[in-house]
Amino acid sequence: MTLETAHLREIAYARSGDKGSNANIGVISYTSEGYAYLKENLTEEHVKEYFLPLGVKDVMRYELPNLGALNFVLIGILGEGGSRSLRIDAQGKALGQAILEMPILISTETLSHCRKN
Amino acid sequence: MIRIGNAQGFWGDRITAAEQLVRQQPDIDYITLDFLAEVSMSILAIQREKDPEMGYAADFVEIIRSLIPHWKKGSKVKVIANAGGLNPQGCAKRCAEVLMSEGCPPLRIGIVSGDNILSMIQAKPDDPLFRNMDTTEPLSKGAKFLVTANAYFGAKPIVEALQQGADIVITGRVADPSLTVAPCVAHYGWSWDDYDKIAGATIAGHLIECGTQVTGGISTNWLDLSNPANIGYPIAEVLEDGSCILTKPKNTGGSVCEETVKEQLLYEIGDPNNYLSPDVTVSFLSLQLKDEGSDRVRITGAKGRPPPSTYKVSGTYKDGFKMEAMLAVFGRDAFRKAWLSGKIAIEHVREQGFELEHVNIECLGSGDVVPGVFEEFCNGDAKECVLRIAVADHRKEALECLSKEIAPLVTCGPQGVTGYTSGRPKPRPIFGYWPCLIEAKRLKPVIEIIQVGSS
Repeated sequence: MTLETAHLREIAYARSGDKGSNANIGVISYTSEGYAYLKENLTEEHVKEYFLPLGVKDVMRYELPNLGALNFVLIGILGEGGSRSLRIDAQGKALGQAILEMPILISTETLSHCRKN
Repeated sequence: MIRIGNAQGFWGDRITAAEQLVRQQPDIDYITLDFLAEVSMSILAIQREKDPEMGYAADFVEIIRSLIPHWKKGSKVKVIANAGGLNPQGCAKRCAEVLMSEGCPPLRIGIVSGDNILSMIQAKPDDPLFRNMDTTEPLSKGAKFLVTANAYFGAKPIVEALQQGADIVITGRVADPSLTVAPCVAHYGWSWDDYDKIAGATIAGHLIECGTQVTGGISTNWLDLSNPANIGYPIAEVLEDGSCILTKPKNTGGSVCEETVKEQLLYEIGDPNNYLSPDVTVSFLSLQLKDEGSDRVRITGAKGRPPPSTYKVSGTYKDGFKMEAMLAVFGRDAFRKAWLSGKIAIEHVREQGFELEHVNIECLGSGDVVPGVFEEFCNGDAKECVLRIAVADHRKEALECLSKEIAPLVTCGPQGVTGYTSGRPKPRPIFGYWPCLIEAKRLKPVIEIIQVGSS
């Protein structure tokens, strides 16, 4: 089994949104094998660590097996949020694209079953 | 089957979308429009301070004007919008004037108000429900600084207006999906405890409320879309059982497929088993999607439970000012030059006696849209970036001081600084957000009807 470094965008697509100082990122698999891989590997801790530089305080993960999706709620990631934030991306519109750039370690075999058809 | 489209995902979306939708899909039954983001009410409050006749989204009047030719030709399309803001009566009055002056056939405008609870909330600042839901601070400290406080009504008052024959319904704050739930309840006669059906209509509303976000807009694979300059606005065909088909008009750009629908389903949600609206509590966990091809996706399986006994309340308060300035920087060591230039502008303000309360300097092009997450962008070889300086302070004069220290960088800053011709930036007020709750039974929505032209 050869492990390679790929990016989350090769096995999933995403969408982010905001609610006050929190944001949510939906991560959706292309295939059912992809969902199994995400469920196992894209943990709350992993996502929290990735976004730590933005000041995220906590991450909650919800599973939507019927849609092959995970929903992450990132508490405090937007700082003051909305009108008060001084960041160019005050509403977290870029977070979906940001998570999709996450490097992942995955076997070549599994990767081939997780890509978009 | 009832066809409900959306022609405004937010205030600032395309004003041409409503007329376009009716032209492209003449058999559409309803068009919904969403004008109220979290801070929209604050902007309307400032407007109304200057002119008591204002306080509503003026763009809506132009949208109504653009539909008049269709009504004249016999279209029966009805419009539901939260464009009323802080002055739904004023908005309705202005729409009526425009409809009359352009000889539109008789129409009825329904007005839903009663969501404005600013004085109610200021009278009882110690009520535990009025605590800030995010920070848990009690209102008593900040009550007098509140500029707006509006409860999110549900579909019921809109249904009442429709049952009284309204062709156009103008509301203040309403939960966005309720704009879609209301025509479904009015059309099918569902009872308010038909929770699964109302959940289905709520899902349809959640999908279409952001306009093109479900028809390919901001999709991950946006570059694969055909005709992105003409992305069609969404239509939900809602069936009697609450299920729906999400689609868009034929021969428009964009796409309605499993991907675009799933992305919008996941947009701005928390716990998918407990999606709260004033009409129902929805679970997304039994939803099934079926892509039927030709930009048609069927959504079934929504499950609903009773709604919360409280309405969500959105309050806002003035909290100082903010301002941003941008300059392009080109050349060797672009990031370092940009960063230092930003620091220099702040230092110049400091020399004049203002220690700015909050400062944020970004080098766009170095990964600062998502700061700290992408170390790989920070390579010293990059030759171009945009310096962005954003500041906040309670003293407007401190920001005005900074606004005069941006252009000087063009003669004392690094070679390669450019893009300074858009003039001095202006401070804008900051509105803090005060989310809280109020018992639904304490509020009574008010429905008024205006008959335009003889019926």
